[in-house]
Amino acid sequence: MQQTNEVNWQAIREDFPILREQIHGKPLIYFDSAATSQKPCAVLGALQHYYEHDNANVHRGLHGLSTRATEAYEAARAKVAKYLNAPNVDEITFTRGTTESINLVANTWGVKFLREGDVILLTEMEHHSNLVPWQLLAERTGARLRFVPVQEDGTLALGALDSLLTPEVKLFAFTHISNSLGTINPVADLCSAARAVGAVSLVDAAQSAGHLPVDVQAMGCDFLALSGHKMCAPTGIGALYGRAELLEAMPPWHGGGEMILSVQFERSTFKKAPGKFEAGTPNIAGAVGLGAAIDYLENIGRAAIFEHDTKLATYAHRRLEELPGVRVLGPQERGGLVGFVMEAAHPHDLTTYADQYGLALRGGHHCTQPLMRKLGLPGTTRASFYFYNTMEEIDRMMEILENAVRFFA
Amino acid sequence: MNSELEELYQQVILDHSRRPRNVGEIADGAVHVHGDNPSCGDEIHLHVKFGADGGIEDLKFTGQGCAISQASASLMTLKVKGKSRADAGAMLSAFHDLVTTEVSDPPKSLGDLRLLQGVRKFPQRVKCAMLAWRALEQAMEAGDKEEHVSTESA
Repeated sequence: MQQTNEVNWQAIREDFPILREQIHGKPLIYFDSAATSQKPCAVLGALQHYYEHDNANVHRGLHGLSTRATEAYEAARAKVAKYLNAPNVDEITFTRGTTESINLVANTWGVKFLREGDVILLTEMEHHSNLVPWQLLAERTGARLRFVPVQEDGTLALGALDSLLTPEVKLFAFTHISNSLGTINPVADLCSAARAVGAVSLVDAAQSAGHLPVDVQAMGCDFLALSGHKMCAPTGIGALYGRAELLEAMPPWHGGGEMILSVQFERSTFKKAPGKFEAGTPNIAGAVGLGAAIDYLENIGRAAIFEHDTKLATYAHRRLEELPGVRVLGPQERGGLVGFVMEAAHPHDLTTYADQYGLALRGGHHCTQPLMRKLGLPGTTRASFYFYNTMEEIDRMMEILENAVRFFA
Repeated sequence: MNSELEELYQQVILDHSRRPRNVGEIADGAVHVHGDNPSCGDEIHLHVKFGADGGIEDLKFTGQGCAISQASASLMTLKVKGKSRADAGAMLSAFHDLVTTEVSDPPKSLGDLRLLQGVRKFPQRVKCAMLAWRALEQAMEAGDKEEHVSTESA
């Protein structure tokens, strides 16, 4: 990991105008960045600049403005490639987000290569976005789903991997950081275990890409999916990294303009990746925004961000465990979020209560219904942090939660 | 203390959520409806026994969920037990108005259910308050003994 710089975290808050908002007359404490992050002025400015100076359609206009728009769009792709340490810029496809990236793989690679009897290996901690697309694919192809169990402490039962990773496994898809438990999975080990049985690996980096250094070559993954909006970029933009060799073998998904080489009435030929996966006018401004977000995050440094986020999460974990009737889920070593249950109050009552004091928490199943069922919980309350959050905000959260215990008990 | 929270979570409501009344199942001759609120995981199993005259002779529920959904279910069972279908239906619609619109003078027939009026300031919690009532509605319409009702349309 790179050396972390001294960062003035308090000054960074000034980059986020929304943090000055009041909710129900109280200063906003935004602890829901795992759902979506807030956007710094640098990103908001990049969007405005793009629309004021560079806006045109990409890849086909012969006029100067279209050239500018195309350059801005492709520069953003190059930034994503560099950010993920992808060997080749063509290995980055822009999508609407993690969900679409995973669906793209399921509907192209999956449909072409999976057969009846093949196995898709997942884990029990997957977000619905890394579960439902595979259920649909299994239904379509006759492949079966198999799951790496989650243990009591919120980590994966890695001891079970040997027996689960049989030769029928063609794909192993797993999350880098669990959005409900905070668990950081040993992704490089999981990728190499998949490779050992000839399975393709897919990493759901929705919760990690904006929070810690993510290097697809060091990980050794075949696919990696991310969402821009969880890493300071606008909603509606994300990316899929795929190894060139795999992308080449994959058929297109959506058909339309932009993705073709030549079209006849009866048939068409398609561009190479990533062009063949980007039908229609793409989210150009979104990509520019993602590029700006990457510049912004890199300027702070992902190692420093990770250190800051985990410091907050570790502190919150410790403080929450001091509260009577509160149980924190997931391991001590965690990403920047804490999920917990409180005996006195259901997650929805607790989040309604917190909201009245300006504290934005998330209550519910966090799109991990099967995991919640397995843990025997109707849901949890989650506080998720980002680099613009502070220890003082956690102290304030604890005051609010202490009052909530008294209120509901 | 925050007044909207005090209004939403009145002592009677918190009491019913902690110690809900009419919890259980009715083994014989009852219509069983499973209701859930998939967006938040609230769940109810409502058993309604209709009398020979078609009225609600008895009803019990089990379930899990937030204070609002549990208290609403508990208060509902107390209120509609022994009522005709017509009266229960009228109560359902009065209760829906209570939690969704500005009713300055809610009908006295709702009794303690009027304490749930605070829900109207929390639109995202209306589903919680309505879950048991949707299950009751389903039970009254049901020909079958097993029904499923969801706050989200399939």
